[in-house]
Parts: sequence; C-alpha cells; structure tokens
Amino acid sequence: MTEPSPVLECRNLSISYYTRAGEVPAVVDFNLKLMPGEAHGIVGESGCGKSTVALAIMNYLGKNGAIVGGKILFEGADMRTMSEEQLRQIRGSKIAMVYQEPMASLNPSMRISEQLAEVPIYHEGIARAEALARSEALLEQVRIPDPKRIMNSYPHQISGGQQQRVVIAMALLSKPKLLLLDEPTTALDVTVEAGIVELIKEISQTFGTSLIYISHNLGLIVETCNRVTVMYSGEAVETGDIRSVFNDMRHPYTRGLFNSIPVPGADKNARPLVAIRGQLPLPYARPQGCYFGPRCDHFAAGICDKRPLPMHPVEPNSSHAVRCERFREIDWDAAKPKHIEREPVAPGHMVLHVDDLTKHYTIESRAALLVGSKKTVKANEKITFRAHEAETIAIVGESGCGKSTFAKVLMGLEDATGGKVQLGDLNLANLPVQQRDQGTISRLQMIFQNPFDTLNPSHTVGSQIARVIRKFGRERDAKKVEERVNELLDIVKLPRDFAKRRPRQLSGGQKQRVGIARAFAGDPKIVVADEPVSALDVSVQAAVTGLLMDIQRNNRTTLLFISHDLSVVRYLADRVVVMYLGQIMEKGATEEIFSPPYHPYTEALLSAVPIADTRVRKRKIVLQGEMPSPSNPPKGCPFSTRCLYMMKGVCDTIPPPQRTFAHRHVIACHLDEATLKAMEPVITVEDDAAPSHASSATAEAIPSAP
Amino acid sequence: MASVEVLATPPAAPPVAAAAPPLTLLKRLQRPRVCIALLLLMWLPLTASVMFGGYLGDAFKTWVLLPAIPATILLYVVAVASWRESPIAIIGVSLVFFWLIAAVTVPFLPLVDPNKPIAPFTGVGIEKNGHLFLLGADFKGRDMLSRVLWGCQRVLVWGVTATLVAYVVGSMLGLMAGYLAKWWDQVISFIANVLLSFPVMVLFILILNYLGASGFNIVIAVTFASAPAIMRIVRGLTLDTKTRDYIFAAQTRGEHPLRIMIYELLPNARGPIIVDACLRLGYTTVAITTLTFLGLGLQPPDPDWGLMIKEAAKVAMLWKFSYMLLIPALSVSSLILGFNLMADGLREMSLRD
Amino acid sequence: MLKLIGNRLLQMLLIMAVVSLVIFAIFDSDKFKRQIAVAELGGFAVSALSDQDYEAWLDRKGLNVPFYDRYIKWVAGVVTGDFGRSFEKAEPVSRLLGDRLINTGILAFWVFALMIPISLTLGIIAGMREGAVQDRAVSFVAVLTTSLPEIATAIVLTVIFALGLQWVPANSAMVNGWDWRQLALPVMTLVLYDCGYVTRMTRASMAEVMTSQYIRTAVLKGLPHRRVILRHALRNALIAPFTIIALQLNWILSGVVVVEVFFQYSGFGKLLLDAALFGDVYVIQAATLVAVFVAVISQIISDVGYTFLNPRIRFS
Repeated sequence: MTEPSPVLECRNLSISYYTRAGEVPAVVDFNLKLMPGEAHGIVGESGCGKSTVALAIMNYLGKNGAIVGGKILFEGADMRTMSEEQLRQIRGSKIAMVYQEPMASLNPSMRISEQLAEVPIYHEGIARAEALARSEALLEQVRIPDPKRIMNSYPHQISGGQQQRVVIAMALLSKPKLLLLDEPTTALDVTVEAGIVELIKEISQTFGTSLIYISHNLGLIVETCNRVTVMYSGEAVETGDIRSVFNDMRHPYTRGLFNSIPVPGADKNARPLVAIRGQLPLPYARPQGCYFGPRCDHFAAGICDKRPLPMHPVEPNSSHAVRCERFREIDWDAAKPKHIEREPVAPGHMVLHVDDLTKHYTIESRAALLVGSKKTVKANEKITFRAHEAETIAIVGESGCGKSTFAKVLMGLEDATGGKVQLGDLNLANLPVQQRDQGTISRLQMIFQNPFDTLNPSHTVGSQIARVIRKFGRERDAKKVEERVNELLDIVKLPRDFAKRRPRQLSGGQKQRVGIARAFAGDPKIVVADEPVSALDVSVQAAVTGLLMDIQRNNRTTLLFISHDLSVVRYLADRVVVMYLGQIMEKGATEEIFSPPYHPYTEALLSAVPIADTRVRKRKIVLQGEMPSPSNPPKGCPFSTRCLYMMKGVCDTIPPPQRTFAHRHVIACHLDEATLKAMEPVITVEDDAAPSHASSATAEAIPSAP
Repeated sequence: MASVEVLATPPAAPPVAAAAPPLTLLKRLQRPRVCIALLLLMWLPLTASVMFGGYLGDAFKTWVLLPAIPATILLYVVAVASWRESPIAIIGVSLVFFWLIAAVTVPFLPLVDPNKPIAPFTGVGIEKNGHLFLLGADFKGRDMLSRVLWGCQRVLVWGVTATLVAYVVGSMLGLMAGYLAKWWDQVISFIANVLLSFPVMVLFILILNYLGASGFNIVIAVTFASAPAIMRIVRGLTLDTKTRDYIFAAQTRGEHPLRIMIYELLPNARGPIIVDACLRLGYTTVAITTLTFLGLGLQPPDPDWGLMIKEAAKVAMLWKFSYMLLIPALSVSSLILGFNLMADGLREMSLRD
Repeated sequence: MLKLIGNRLLQMLLIMAVVSLVIFAIFDSDKFKRQIAVAELGGFAVSALSDQDYEAWLDRKGLNVPFYDRYIKWVAGVVTGDFGRSFEKAEPVSRLLGDRLINTGILAFWVFALMIPISLTLGIIAGMREGAVQDRAVSFVAVLTTSLPEIATAIVLTVIFALGLQWVPANSAMVNGWDWRQLALPVMTLVLYDCGYVTRMTRASMAEVMTSQYIRTAVLKGLPHRRVILRHALRNALIAPFTIIALQLNWILSGVVVVEVFFQYSGFGKLLLDAALFGDVYVIQAATLVAVFVAVISQIISDVGYTFLNPRIRFS
C-alpha cells in the first residue's frame, strides 16, 4: 500500500463539556481520516456536536470543554500533547478556520489590511510591506472587487459576502494544509451563498488544501465535498463517500433526514415529506444503546439498546461505514415510497386582491436640531397579485426584498403609500389595525419566523392561546376557552398539559406549533406565514410544514407563505411571487416559475438553491455583488446591477415592462419574449426513474407529536 | 457552540397535572403569590410604624411590627433556599436581612431607650452607671448599640420607599418613551437628559433646599434623581423587546398599547430591573445617609446612621472615640454591600440560565 | 464628526437654557425672596416688616419686575461673568466660585490621575481571564470599595491614617496655607470609591471582549497571546471604560460635596452646601449652573470620544 499519509486523523475522539449538571458528553467516539486535497463534509442537526469537532481540532474548547478521550493526529503528530506554543504555530498557518458569522469574526476596530497582514507577519516573519502586498493579492484571488479599497476599510463598511471572502482570504494567507469551514454560508443570502460555495470549491483545487466542511445543509455538502460524515447526538452514524452515503444510505437516521427534505420530485399531494418522529435526546438524557433508538422504526430490543455500538463497514474493506447493528437485516429496497396520494385542493373564490400596493418610508438622517437630509426607502413598489380561498401563495425573495414590509402593511401596522389591499369589500391599505373591526382582524392572522421570539416568555402557552380566543370573541366562558385551547393543542399535536408550560420549556418546533395554534385560534381566512420553518432543523421542518398544510387543507385557509427557500416553496406552494428590492420580478403558478421562461433573477435563485441529490444537475449562474440598498435603488430595473443579461442604456434607465406568458404568468423584464422562452431549464435530474428515496413505508406520513 | 445549543433546550418538565406530588412547605412558600404576601406582611407594618408611628402613638408603633417578624424570617428562609446556587447572593441576602430583622424586632429587644443619655464618652464594652455599653456610648451618653439598631429602621423604610417610587415613575416613563416612541420619546428623553445633567448631589441639595428637609421630600428628591436613569434602562429594554415577534403578534391582534406595555413588555424586563433595583437601593441608602450627614435629610433626635456620623464628626476626632464614627459607617456599608452582593449574585444567576 | 460635536453643543445650549430657567424660576419664588430679605435685613426685621414695607423692599431690590425681565437681565449678567454677590461672604460670587473651583479642580485632577491608571490596569487584568484567581481577587476588592459610600471611606481612612497612624492630618481646611499632606485623605477617599466602579466596568467590558468571536479568530490565527490582548482585545475593551471615565466627572462633583464637607476642604462642594444651608441664593444658582455645565461638557466628551474610538460609528 503506497497510500499517502492522512493530513488529519481523529481516532475515537470524545469531547465533553462541564456544566452545572456535571459532565455532558458532546462528541462520543468520533473517527475521521482526511487525505490531502480531500473535502470532507460533516452534516447533522443543531446540537449534534459537529461544530465541537471543529473547535476540538483547533484545540479551542473554552474553559468548560475538554477532550476526554482519543487522539487528534495532524500530519501524524498528536495535537493533544502539544504545548501552547506548538499549537499557536499550527493555528492559522497549517490549520485555518472560517466561521459562521463573518461580521462577528472580524475585529470591528481594525482595518482589514491589518487583520490580514498579521497572519504572515507572525507565522513567517516577513516584512510588513510584503505581507500587505500578499494580502491584497489574495483578496484579488477570492474575487473581491476593488481590493485596495477593501484593504483600507473596517469590517462594518463591507457587505456580509465580502466579509466572508475576507475571512476566507485570511485563512488561506499562509497556505494551510487544512481548512475548517463551520457553516460558512448560513448567515448569507442564497445568491451570495452560491458565490461563496463556488469559491470554496475552487480552493481545494487551486491551493491543494484539505477541507472539512460543516453544515446542516445536505445540499451544500453534495456541492462541495467528496466524503461525508452524518452525525447524530454527538456520534457519527454514517460515513463514506458522497455517492454511497447519498444514494445507498444504510442508517435509519440518514434515511429519515433525506425523507424530510424537499427535493425536486417531492410534492405535497403526491409525495409528501416524512418527518422523523420524536425529538433529539438531550445530551445528558441519551437513551441506552443506540441514541437514535427511540425514534427508529427498526428498533429491536436486545440488539439496539446495548453498548458498545461500533461503526461497521457496509462491505468488507469499504470506507462506507454505519453505526447500526441491524443495517444488514433492514430491507432497504422494500422501504419504497408509500403513496398516500391526496386530492389536490381546488382553490375557491378570490379572498385577497393586492393592487399596485406601494410603501415608501422617509428616513431623516440623524440630527435632533439640525435639519438632516431626507431619504426615501422604496420598500414596496406596485405589488399586485390575487389570492384565492385554500390557495398557498409563496412570496419569495432574499433579505431586504420588502416581504416583511408587505406583511406589516397587510396586518395594518403600517399605512400604505399607495394602492389597494382588497379583503372582501374592505380596502385595508390605509386602515390601521386599531381601526379594523374584530372580524377583520381575526380573519387575518400571522405565523412568525423565529421560534424563540414568537411566544412571550413571561406567560404560559395556554394563556397566550386563550387570549386570542377571548380577544376575538370566539368564546367568553372560562371553561369553554379552556376547552378550545385543548382542542387547538390537539390540532397541532401537542400534549394538553403544555397549556400550563412556559415557552422556555418547549423546543423550537414545539414553539412553532404553538404559534400555529395561536394563529388559527380565531379561525382566520388568511394566514401570513413569515418563514415559519427556516429557523428549525430539517427533520422538524418537515413535521411543522406538514402540520401547517393539514390545518390549511381542513380549514380551507388561504396561506401567504413568505420564504427564501425555493425548495420548500416548490414543495408546498400553488402560486409563487418572486420579489427583488420591493418589486415583483415574476409571478405565476409554481410549475411555471420552476421551468423556463424565467426572469433572470429567478434563474439565478434556482441555480443558487443547494439540492441534496447527487443526480440533480444545475446550470451554474453565479451573481456578482449583493442587493443594493433599498434607500438607493438603481434606476430602471432594480435587478440591473447584478443581472447577467443586463443591456446597457435600457435596463439601467427604463423600468422593465410586464410580459405575460401563460394565463397568469408574468415576468417583468426587458428581454424579449423569444429570448426568455429560449432559456434552458436550470435544474435537471439525471435519470428520469423515480427517486429512490422519496419516502419510506415505515415512517409515518404525518408526524406524530414529539 | 454545539453544547450551548443543546443546553438551550431545557429538559421537558414532568407532567404537572399527573398526580401532583405533595409540595413541601418550602415549595409552597416559594410560590410568587406567597412571596408577595410575605413581602407585604413585612413591609406594610414597618412602613406604618416608621412613617406614621409619630401620629399614632407609641403602642401602635411597637405592636404593629409583631406580624412582620415571622414574615421577615420566613422570607429570609425562602430567599436563601431559592438562591442557594450563588454564595455571593446568599451573603448579600444575609446582610440585608440582618438589618431587616433588626428593623422589625428592635422594639422587642432588651435595649435601653436610644435617646436616653446615660454616661457620655463611655468606651466599647465598659459598664458605667449600671449599664453595660457593648458598643460604647456617644458624646451625650446614649447607648450606641441601641442607636445603631434603631437607626436602621429609618434608612430602610425611606430608602426602599424612595427607590420604589422612583421605579414606578421611571418604568412608566421608560415604557412610554420606548414603546410609544415619536414625540413621547423626544419629550421624555429630553427631560431625562436635563435631569441627568445635574450631578446627583447638586440635584438633591437643590430640591431639598427648595422643598425643605423631610423624609417625604427625600422620596421626591430620589425620584427626580433616579427616575431618569431608570427610565433610560427601561426604555432600552423596551426598544429591544418591542421588535420581538410576540409584540408584533399582540399588535396584529389589535391589543391596546397600554395592555402591550404592561402585560407583554414589562414582565420581560423584570430580570434586569430587579438587578438594577438592588444596586439602586444601595445608592439610595448612600444618598439618605449622606444627606442626613450634610444636614439636609432626616431630622434629630431619633437615631439615624447619617445623623450619628454627623454628630460624631464634630466631637470624636480622636483615636479613642473613633468607634463613634466607625460603627455607623460600617453599619451603612454592610447594608449597601448586602444590596450590591445581591445584585451581583442575581446577575450571575440570570446569566447562567 | 464636526457635525456631531456641533450637534451636541447645540443640545448643551438648549439644556443649559432650560436648566437656568428652571433654577431661576425656583429661586424666584416668594420663599426665596423672603430668604434674601432675611439674609440682608435679619430675621427679626423681616418678621416685623409690614406687607407694604416688604413690597417697597422688593421694589428697591428690583425683585418686583416681571419674571422674564429679570431672567433676561440675569442671563446678561451671567454672560458677562457677573453672578451677583454672596450674602454670606459679602464677595462677588464669581470670585468666590473661581477660587473654590480651582481648589476642587486640583482635587479632581489628582483623583483622575490616580484613578484612571489603577482602575484600567486592574480591570484589564481581571477581565483577561474571567473566573481566575486574579479576577476573583480584584472583583472582591472592587465590590467592597464600591459598597463603602464616600462618607464611610472617609471615616475609615481618617481613623486609620489620621487618628491611628497619625501620618496625615484629619482636617483639610488648610488654615495655615496650602499643605499637600492635607490633600491626601480627600483624594484617597474619592479614588477608592471611584476605582471600584471603573474597575468593575473595565473588567466587564474586557471579559465580554475576551469571549467575542473576533478574539477567537485572533487566537485561532495563531497570534501570540500578547498580540491578542494588546492589539485585538484592548482597543475594543477600552471603549466602554473611556465613556464611563468621562462621566465620572459628574460623579466626582457629587462625591466632592461629602468629602469636602467631611474634611473641611474649601472647594466647590463645601461652598454649595454652605450656601444651601445659609440660603445664599446667588451662590446656589451660580454653583448649580457651573456644576451642570461641567456635567454636560463631560457628557459631550464621553459621546465624542465614544464615536471617535469606535470605527463602527465613526464611519457610518
């Protein structure tokens, strides 16, 4: 065997945190072998210990964390026995790291140049001028426009995408052997993320660096890595090269994970998502034996509840290994999709008509006494669409596109500057919530994004739902209110005694369920859901989305689903509205949006969405730059500054015309119809056979209560 | 990071409804409603005795304190039990409750009349004229022990009352400035800025000079001096909380602003407010003692720490008599230390959760 | 930057205008007019005065003209440096106040000169390693000194150093001319109290910076510990203490009253209290105005300094 020696090897690594509750194992028996030039993904839900592994490799676990067993070998040397000084020499020069939040990881009071140059100065002892020159060259290499200006800037003066490129440049300055990337794109918008992912893919080629890429997003792992380790509750449960893990997964958890994410082919009626039942065990309350046991459909007493539980190679000598005692017995092919096809819901009469809705803010730049200059922020510009009963309309866009402002106007917290919002006979555009009658208010309710923000931490779950029931006059009698609260908890599949709990005793998914119960407590006609699942873990996302869809189906509610995630949108929406910088770029039925003709922005968005399927091919469309500020939008088409089809003199001066294609499919673009129609599909699936992992027969289709 | 994420999810609480286990007496006492009742039972008699005892006669002044004694002791037990995780908080609570228990029990203790001159300039631990002076006697021959213990009543009652009033005013204004914003904020913040421009002591002197020196006027002066700072804190907390989705949810339900302020916003600000209140109780104690020392606060002859310092500073500038200065000085310091340690301990505990 | 300073100065002028108006209105009340009369004519004479005679006296003094008229006149006087005359000391207020302010200025100078280096050093050392022995020790001492009010500190220091060890005099009246030794106790008292507070703030700021993600970045870049502390942590950790130190000027003006009265040091604080107890209206008015002026200036320094030190604000 003339195998090259591995760059990094983790052998039986165990890491614990010491808390008031005592020693809490964060990572147990973790193994990893990383070859030069290889990119290894670590994937798992929050709390599975993936970031802890990265920090342990850096030997930086804080004062309450410690490696309690195993070895970390970097180029053959055990890092646990190294002195502080030896570690320092490795950190930043041979092993470098890129972090989740670029803004927080850069020193706010130092110029970029200074923060970059100190790396080679301290590691290689080169002169300052040389270090600066090298830094600037590297900024160029990570494709930062105008590196001279960036060098002289402070971190807050550049955009999030640029900050992350600076952090990557900083990591590459000393040509490290190993680069750790801890969720490097989570804090960024999708189109910006796509650019960073593209850059990361090049790194291993250009610099020959080995990568460890940590993410919760299976799609990003497919795009960037050769090998992957799936973690669950502090343990690696499956590891192997990308294709074998993604196409022939042999651990029930991996399978469950794939079944709960919307990939092309999933459909809310024909092929609904399947959530993993139950909840992630707490680190100090893990079950005996297999940690996934209580949530696993293949659990067998006497086999799965015993330790030790080693990793088994799937085939002798194969690098694909799983931590499952029963993987040979499980019939992986039998677990084929169980079709629970449901009738698509027929939309009813029109309930909401938004017509030319415009919202401008004027902001006065500071000054208590001195007169400041006034600026107009065009948050919404001529928004027009219609919503029917029982229909799901997705409003898609990245941060700053004006979707939240639209929600505020709709809910009556902001006055519109112009246009109409017609709900039945009532124009809501300039009717603040205080002037709306009880009936109108209760017809329009909202579900919020952040599960930690949606409930008031000071009051019990029950009292918060009950308040809505009383406020909208659904029930008055205390007994009946309690009954109704219980009923609603049943509907969202939470135990009734949750009514007495406080929000902090609930998990994120449970809080979101309460949020849904609260929104539906007043029997609304229209529910606005503002990214209701984006802050949740994937397996929980599936359960919450499923629940939302069920309630909507039963009540024939109109759902306005605000989201940036096109996969989720494709899965559940009937119609889609794509927004950019306060304006509608494209709208139409879901199939129309996801197939040509596209608006150039939709095209880029589609290409940017990571898809966890090795058979999916995407056309690469990487946008330059970032969304301009809404206070200073480009003249003409708002997308003209980043558009790859931009026609000088037209797009940047004249607002785009509305081109109608199919019945209600509208694209706002200067490109002529022929060009738009000639566009090729962005996403293609390699073979047209039914996807092998749509849903398993054994998991329940509707998530049970956690 | 990962561990933090994990620990943020609290363990599922045991089902509350299913066969409630028999509550221990301590658990019963720890319930918020019981605690508030105990607080009132301790506080109202003490306030009545100190503030209005003069109008209502000596018998009332003494016997009204009787129910407060068990309430205070129970409260101390509850406080120690609830804060046992933090040794700092326990020390702080013990110091504060030492003086609280002294305040409610002092009429029943075997002490001589604090205003009765017995033997001037008698040193610590010396028996003279048939009386053992454990902490010595002052220049008029009054028993220092008795005076120090009696003296805590006025500082505690006026200090807490003043802080409470300042808090009610400051919180209301802070909520209004933070939540209603616009011109409410402009006006309230400007007034606060004007008041904050005064050095605190200058403001005290100005107000008490204008209103005259008395306990009630101290309450007013403390309110003027502290409310702007409290208002700023509450305003900041409000601005932070008001962007939360649950506030948004309440607004979209069409809730009245007043209900949102009191019911949705205020309870979520209580953590930092309680910590700050402990610190501010310390400041107020300092202020009252200092003002009395300067001759602008509570008036003689009743014992009061500030007054004791004032009187001693004139006559006791000798090593031999330094106990006359040190005893009241250390007493007031121990009370303030208690408040500060309580604040530190509470803050530490709130950061851990 | 200039815009900010201009803005703050304007705000200060507005505050000063409001404050002076309020102060003037307070002392325009009948109660204080009578106090002036008592001071000038004696208590007995005033009580014997008939209403008519009192009116006549007011007229003579120019106290009978409308409020705004007198305010304008008073402001005009203040602008030219004429604060009126003290009743008690029979001296122009401006001269009296000037002398006392210099004395207090000397006191404040030494307090700052000692307090800043001591508290910053201690705070940084404590905050560098949260929970370590040096942190616990510094935090303990700091909470102890902040818990001792100035009056208690003054007593303890006097008892130890003046009455016990007899190193320094217990009295700072300086009746026999200027004596540096008499300055020791007042300065020490103020330094002790303030040090604790500023140390705690510096420690908290430093501790927060040390747990920030950019410090993690700096450590994981492989920089030496010295560089991480001196270049990455200090700059950010000192922003908050700076603003707090500037605001201490306001605190010192409060503390100075107690300390000067206790040690009989003839400075601004003692002047203010004496005037208040005596009813020396013009002195109170002038002293308050000066105190507010100093406090507002310190706020401006703090604001401007914060903006200057914090690039996130400076360049936005």
